[in-house]
Amino acid sequence: MTTDRIVGIDLGTTNSLVAFMQGESPVVIPGDDGSNLVPSVVALDENNQPVIGNAARKHLTETPERAVYSIKRLMGRGIDDVQQELKFFPFRLAEDLQPGEVIRIKLGEKTFTPPEISALILRQLKRNAERFFGAPVTKAVITVPAYFNDAQRQATKDAGRIAGLEVLRLVNEPTAASLAYGLDKKQNGIVAVYDLGGGTFDISILKLHDGIFEVISTNGDTHLGGDDIDNLLITIALDDTLGDLGLDLRRNAEAVQAIRNAVIEAKIALSSQTSVKLDVKLPGGKRYLREITREQFEQLIQPVIDRTVGPCKQALKDAGLKPEQIDEVVLVGGSTRIPKVRALVKELFHRKPHTDLNPDEVVALGAAVQANILGGGSEATENMLLLDVTPLSLGIEVAGGVTDKIILRNSTIPASATQFYTTQIDGQANVAIHVLQGERELAKDCRSLARFDLKGIPAMAAGMARIEVKFLIDANGILHVSAREQRSGKEAEIQVQPSYGLTDEQVESMILDSFDSAEEDFRQRQVIEARNEADTILAALEKGKKSPAWGHLTTDEKKKIAKMEKALTAVKTEDDYQAIRKAIDALNQGTTRLAELMMDTAVSTALKGKTMDEADMGEGPTAPHPMAKAEFE
Amino acid sequence: MSNPGITTITAKPAPEQTQSCWSCGTMRAVHFCEACGKVQPPAPVDYFTFFALPRKLNLDVAALDKDFYELSRKLHPDLNAQAGSQEQQWSLQQSSLLNDAHRILKDPIKRTEYLLKLEGVELEEQSKTATEQARSTGEIKKQIVPPELLAEVFDLNMQLEELRTQKKMGEDDPALIEEIGNQKHDLEEKQEALLRELESRWKIWDGMIQREHNGQPVSEEERRQERDKMVDVLNRRNYIRNLVRDVTEVLES
Repeated sequence: MTTDRIVGIDLGTTNSLVAFMQGESPVVIPGDDGSNLVPSVVALDENNQPVIGNAARKHLTETPERAVYSIKRLMGRGIDDVQQELKFFPFRLAEDLQPGEVIRIKLGEKTFTPPEISALILRQLKRNAERFFGAPVTKAVITVPAYFNDAQRQATKDAGRIAGLEVLRLVNEPTAASLAYGLDKKQNGIVAVYDLGGGTFDISILKLHDGIFEVISTNGDTHLGGDDIDNLLITIALDDTLGDLGLDLRRNAEAVQAIRNAVIEAKIALSSQTSVKLDVKLPGGKRYLREITREQFEQLIQPVIDRTVGPCKQALKDAGLKPEQIDEVVLVGGSTRIPKVRALVKELFHRKPHTDLNPDEVVALGAAVQANILGGGSEATENMLLLDVTPLSLGIEVAGGVTDKIILRNSTIPASATQFYTTQIDGQANVAIHVLQGERELAKDCRSLARFDLKGIPAMAAGMARIEVKFLIDANGILHVSAREQRSGKEAEIQVQPSYGLTDEQVESMILDSFDSAEEDFRQRQVIEARNEADTILAALEKGKKSPAWGHLTTDEKKKIAKMEKALTAVKTEDDYQAIRKAIDALNQGTTRLAELMMDTAVSTALKGKTMDEADMGEGPTAPHPMAKAEFE
Repeated sequence: MSNPGITTITAKPAPEQTQSCWSCGTMRAVHFCEACGKVQPPAPVDYFTFFALPRKLNLDVAALDKDFYELSRKLHPDLNAQAGSQEQQWSLQQSSLLNDAHRILKDPIKRTEYLLKLEGVELEEQSKTATEQARSTGEIKKQIVPPELLAEVFDLNMQLEELRTQKKMGEDDPALIEEIGNQKHDLEEKQEALLRELESRWKIWDGMIQREHNGQPVSEEERRQERDKMVDVLNRRNYIRNLVRDVTEVLES
């Protein structure tokens, strides 16, 4: 049961979270620093060991060449796509990148593909969940922006696999948010989810009816979010320092990062204050000071947030709905905290958006709901079903470089289309097919997904072969292709050359922990935790022996306790955590009366049945728990 | 079908396609087993048969939707994620077939085109693809302008050309835009009228199918004539649809 626990993961541009269904409601699992959010930052420490989350953040300013953030922007992207990103993000590409190769990012001396970096974040979340449950976690639902294309989805799935997670489903972020919302509200109606996160924007319009969450239309921009706002402010600061001080900091990663931290803080503050002061220490002892009023800020970001208008209008148009027909607008993503964004949403949909949900957590919570549904459901999710759509049309290139759309955007998935091909010359054995994703008419303007070669077509006269090619988009939004020559009934062999993305073999070689070593890691952590717990209870017992209560025990009881103490001390040095736990449990049982006696009578009645380590409130257990580790200075 | 006159939809298996469930072996089963709930292997059926519908065009979309949701609750991969890998595969195939069938049948135009295709008609679709192909090769797109539209289309094309030129120069003539907007509105009304015309052809078609079902033979000639009439309406409608799209494109550019 516990080994089959499926978690829901929001793998965000800025922050990532892991959640699960606790009883009838989803909850976020905190990390060992007590925080629900794991910053999507990865760094390599001086020993080349990966550091993730809050711990990695200090590396952004201290050793920026060994740290990376917003990696989601590069998922499933080719080198040509990311030129724009490189202007604004301190991504350091590997020097030896070959054309057509998956991008690799330098961290110190090492290089990593975006799925590998995402996998490090996922592994951290996996560990947080394992610590919480005290059991291995191997299955997950991961959310992706609704407007992610096939390559970006595939890259996310690869990241899961590299992290040692079986990705049971990729769920669209706004759809996941609607699940969390719907679980809460249990109302029928039309809901629009406006999701402006750190790096991506999605708009989804859903019909909620009798537990079915049916996406009617979706639209978005996978490169639009809080990052873009930060970059505007950073650019201004860099211009200021260059202009006023003659100090060119564009190549100074540490200084840029210090500015970035300051502008993010300022941006956040401006959601509740009408003005903030920027104060950044610059190299050379100078400080960058600037006051920003909310009015100035709103003017500055207007062009960025205006980019959400087009997708919203298109989504409404595709859904065949007027703004008045939307019953509720749900806000998701940290950037929706900006008052100007809320005002824009109100204007677009002619109603005040729903802001009861925590915009940072709602996607992860929804992922947990979906994980629960996939796991067979529970009372809370009974009758719940998600019907999602493909955000982009699927097409194939036909004569003249034109895209022939075979599955239109906003089709409910899974969806399929069948195309027939024939040969042009006698005895032709191969047919090449170019698969595209996008809305544009010319193939060159669409996203190239893959080039397929149908091979092994039996020798026939030109035009005689009739090859049936089936394109199927699964519930993850990922394309599968199969082909069959109809006259011979022969399954044509398909060689997939993904235009962007890792091959199966590459992913295989990147897997962080093969299943065995994941088990081993888990076992070792369990041993350490069990030993800590044994030490705690043994120390508590020593204390108990010195207490007056010890004198009230019978000789027989004392003997029994001594025997169990010896057993635990002996087994503690061995590597069998289950044996250690057993011994702990035994000693706990055996010392129940001692624990009771140690309390004053009133408390003792209240705590009847409590065991030694629970009763000794001074030194709590170190068993897995959701609390932060205490720190002492 | 047992219900003459009106189209009834049922998710229940049509007797002629039933067989025993692969898992429990008891109940008749088409898409899923009514006894044990297991998803059944998909049969290569057309979309009408999938929903156990006759090949008629007048269709109760609300009832189709209801069946769609009911079947989704049985066939969707999310609800079969704990099943064996073979059953999961069937769930994926059945579910995509269900979605494909629903998508096509709920739309009046797609439904008609699909039925005509089943009847062996190769639709001469004056599609965007053809337009683009013509554009990219520099040829003038060959399409038959419905005669009653000849004069109108000629004028409209002239105006569109003028607006394109103006836009290139960065100018805007509100009067011209309004005029084109009005014409677009007229075209949209024509499109609606053609849908009504198509619906009236459905009645004749469905009546013919019903006659056939009742044992009165329908001649191949009559069948062909009815098909051709629908193809004609569709072609005229597609022509106008493309025109509306072109106009929208120019207006919004």
